[in-house]
Amino acid sequence: MQRASHHDPRWLTVHALAVFAFLYLPIVILVIYSFNGQGVGGFPPRELTLNWYRILLNDGPIWDSVLNSLIVAFAAMLIALVFGIPAALALDRAQFPGKALFRRLVLLPLILPGIITGLSLLMLFRVAEVKLSLVTIILGHGTALISVATTEVFAGLQKLNRAQEEASLDLGANYWQTFWRITVPNLKLSIIGAALLIFTLSMDEIAVSFFLIGRDNTLPLEIWGRLRRGITPEINAISTIIFLFSLIAIVFWYRLRTRAEVATEVGAELMETAGGR
Amino acid sequence: MFSRAYRTAVAVPPLVWVAVFLLVPYMLMFCYSFWSVSESGTIVHSWNLDNYHELLTKPVYWETLLRSMWIAARVMFFSMLLGYPLAYFLSFHAGGRKDLYYQLVIIPLWVSYLVRAYAWKTILGTDGVLNTLLQYVHLTSHPLDFLLYSPFAVVLTLTHIYTPFTFLPIYASLEHIPRNLVEASHDLGATPAQTFWRVIFPLSIPGVLAGATFAFVLSLGDFLAPLLLGGPSGIMISNIVVSLFGAAYNWPLGAAISLCMLALVLGLILFSERLEKKWSFS
Repeated sequence: MQRASHHDPRWLTVHALAVFAFLYLPIVILVIYSFNGQGVGGFPPRELTLNWYRILLNDGPIWDSVLNSLIVAFAAMLIALVFGIPAALALDRAQFPGKALFRRLVLLPLILPGIITGLSLLMLFRVAEVKLSLVTIILGHGTALISVATTEVFAGLQKLNRAQEEASLDLGANYWQTFWRITVPNLKLSIIGAALLIFTLSMDEIAVSFFLIGRDNTLPLEIWGRLRRGITPEINAISTIIFLFSLIAIVFWYRLRTRAEVATEVGAELMETAGGR
Repeated sequence: MFSRAYRTAVAVPPLVWVAVFLLVPYMLMFCYSFWSVSESGTIVHSWNLDNYHELLTKPVYWETLLRSMWIAARVMFFSMLLGYPLAYFLSFHAGGRKDLYYQLVIIPLWVSYLVRAYAWKTILGTDGVLNTLLQYVHLTSHPLDFLLYSPFAVVLTLTHIYTPFTFLPIYASLEHIPRNLVEASHDLGATPAQTFWRVIFPLSIPGVLAGATFAFVLSLGDFLAPLLLGGPSGIMISNIVVSLFGAAYNWPLGAAISLCMLALVLGLILFSERLEKKWSFS
């Protein structure tokens, strides 16, 4: 028993293949069913059709919800970056009373189930008599996702060479100039990575939106409504399209990263920090 | 090197935002949990412990909470079982394909959570993919109807969703292990098993703790997978909260349950941080 079987690369390879199969099975099924002539019943599909895509194209409410989701994701991204970047700078460079609590509070929505973030904000809006709408969803997403911007940028700051900022200040640039000309360009990759991550997380967010929804649906809520009502193969079609767009975004991000020759794993750092580092 | 003005400028805006949109809402949740609802359906701001008393005395609440924790524990176990060896394989045996495989683990996260959960419904249903296949190979003659609308379906779906979340921190911690430590262990005559258990695994514990916390906490708070796939026996604690904030209209009681969940989650995070400190070697 010198060589335990669980260190055998072959065993590990088989295990990895099985996990990948498990992770991709629903996605494969979803793509196949988006072309299935009989809707969602029957497997394997006997006839293939583009019908669901055709119906989807003419489905007004779905495209309205896609537009709403894009607006929400973009606005939430702006809020998260505008407050998340200074928060990372503050955690890196400033000492103030309550810093530990602040750090914990900022990161909390990352690990907390969305229902708690959503409900607590619902109570805030109820007490403040704010009418629920896309704006409340934007505020919810923005607040929850500040954590993502802060962790990503904070990780970038740890690798930043302070000498450049020091030189800039010594040479007479003010803080504002130094921030825009030295700090931001050096953090470019962290910021873009955070922005992409925030955008996609917001596009798929449902637990917080579920409680803050007004009259206009975001895409996940529109999908939720239809899934609750019954069988809708169109959902498979729109999910396939979104999946394709996500793949393009991943390839884009990957290229950007390789070109910059920085091996940061966006997400991995995030998870690590959220786990309580 | 950073002036007082600079530090104030970067600290104050996020502090104010976080206070208004995180701290105040949590405090409101705390207040709500001591209030009550009158016959006419208005919130009465009188302070009492009735909600907590109801939680302790009515078995439906803590039974559901225990069932949710049991579901979450299974999700944590299975996603660890899938995620750890995968992370180990990528970090130590994937060679030049490491980055590609890494992206392959991430990509499923980009498909809507809801849609993946729904895909499991089409796989597990009575005329679904799995049942059709089982009958096709004559393993069963009738469709199995216990696959869907059960805690099993919820555990399976949540494991699918949270495996990448457990994988990520484990992979990150494995990647941070200095490779010369592993080589030194080999050179000094340790078997691969000894190297794994005495060098690699202890150093990956922070990642394991982070991943386990993620899987447990996020699946504990899930209410969509149980609604889609759980059936009556798969109802989780968040489903009760959702109904209290919706049709049942008892926000104070819902707030009390949420607050208990919040306390449980914070306790777990602190516990895993303490464990991690105990295990960190630096």
